[in-house]
Amino acid sequence: MKCDFTDSLLHSYFDDELSTLDALEFGRHVEQCADCGTTLVNLDLLSGTLQLSQLYAPAPASLLREVRHKLGSMTPPRAGAKPFLWQWVAAAAALLLVAIATWRLSPELSNDNYETELAGEIVDMHMRSLEVGYTTGITSHDERAVKEWVERKLKFALPVRDFADSGFALQGGRVDVVEGRSVATLVYAHEGRLIDVFIWPTRKPDSSPREGSQQTFQWVDWRKGKLEFCAVSDVEPTGLKQLYQLMDSSGS
Amino acid sequence: MSEFDLEDRVRFEQLVLPHVDAAFNLARWLLRGRADAEDVAQEALLRACRYFPGFHGGDPRAWVLQIVRNTCYTWLEKNRPTELAVEFNEKFHQQNHATPERLAISGDDRERLTRALEALPPRFREVLILRELEGCSYKEIAAITSIPIGTVMSSLARARRQLCFFLRDPSRKEANREV
Repeated sequence: MKCDFTDSLLHSYFDDELSTLDALEFGRHVEQCADCGTTLVNLDLLSGTLQLSQLYAPAPASLLREVRHKLGSMTPPRAGAKPFLWQWVAAAAALLLVAIATWRLSPELSNDNYETELAGEIVDMHMRSLEVGYTTGITSHDERAVKEWVERKLKFALPVRDFADSGFALQGGRVDVVEGRSVATLVYAHEGRLIDVFIWPTRKPDSSPREGSQQTFQWVDWRKGKLEFCAVSDVEPTGLKQLYQLMDSSGS
Repeated sequence: MSEFDLEDRVRFEQLVLPHVDAAFNLARWLLRGRADAEDVAQEALLRACRYFPGFHGGDPRAWVLQIVRNTCYTWLEKNRPTELAVEFNEKFHQQNHATPERLAISGDDRERLTRALEALPPRFREVLILRELEGCSYKEIAAITSIPIGTVMSSLARARRQLCFFLRDPSRKEANREV
């Protein structure tokens, strides 16, 4: 018996592009039509082979480098303009460092040592953030993709949630080095501004949030489930607290 | 070159640059060569920068791939006009209406597939690449290529049929190449 279904229908069925009803009807047809059955097996084989044959050509690194370079020359720094992203990242990281150092180091170190050590760390951090920068991390709204990417690079598990519905859209993540250890950094956008949430393992017990500010930046720090979180941004302090509440109540 | 502000740049980094691989891959298959693909993909991405302030929402991957695709076609028209004139060989189309037989793909698949793909006319090749390698939906392919969705379906069906034909009978794989 000659199959009178059109080719487009068969391919749409194969590509999951049919409506549920049409797919059901065509599925019933396939059970009885040897020709369509064989063609579907072939399509599956072809599709699988195409995907497994390393035909996808990732871009050479020089392409991205060149585009970024040209991009840089298109955005000249202006007086009074907001700083470039990496400067912002460096500033946020430096601020975090100040915050961490203040909480952790000040009892142990004299003021002089503290200042020297801190200055050194800040310079290092600044240079590192130039190298690793915000842009070399993963850029994605997908919780799982960001989680997998960050966890592949770190030795601890962390919760990654997108709160786009509440006005905090996950932008991606990266890995930074603070005080000589690797920390996960999640990036959220809130009302047109970016928030960095630094996360690292801790042995200390859970704590309620502490907050503070440094120049124009705000931070909120808390511990939960053997992880320490520090959100840093130039958003309004209430914005950071809101993000803390979202993360805290989502099981973070 | 027009200036775009920091906010544009941040958004461009977040929305468009994650699709650099997709941009390069499409250019590589449309132009059939890495060196040309890198040049043209770069041109397309810089063009995307210039258009970006006018991009308001929508799917950034489809948006940038559309620009890449158009830039590739402009390049082909200028540098290899004959390539765009290649039409689909209807002979294969008819032959393949015969009762299908099982494919046997094995061995040097990558080489065979590359040649079979490159032998397809560009308009069929792009649909297949977007569907099979980029995972685009019919709707996305229609948006990227500016062709109606019905034509996307039929082009995809014909491209696949021809690819199957090449793979079934390796001795015929160069037959349709008329560059």
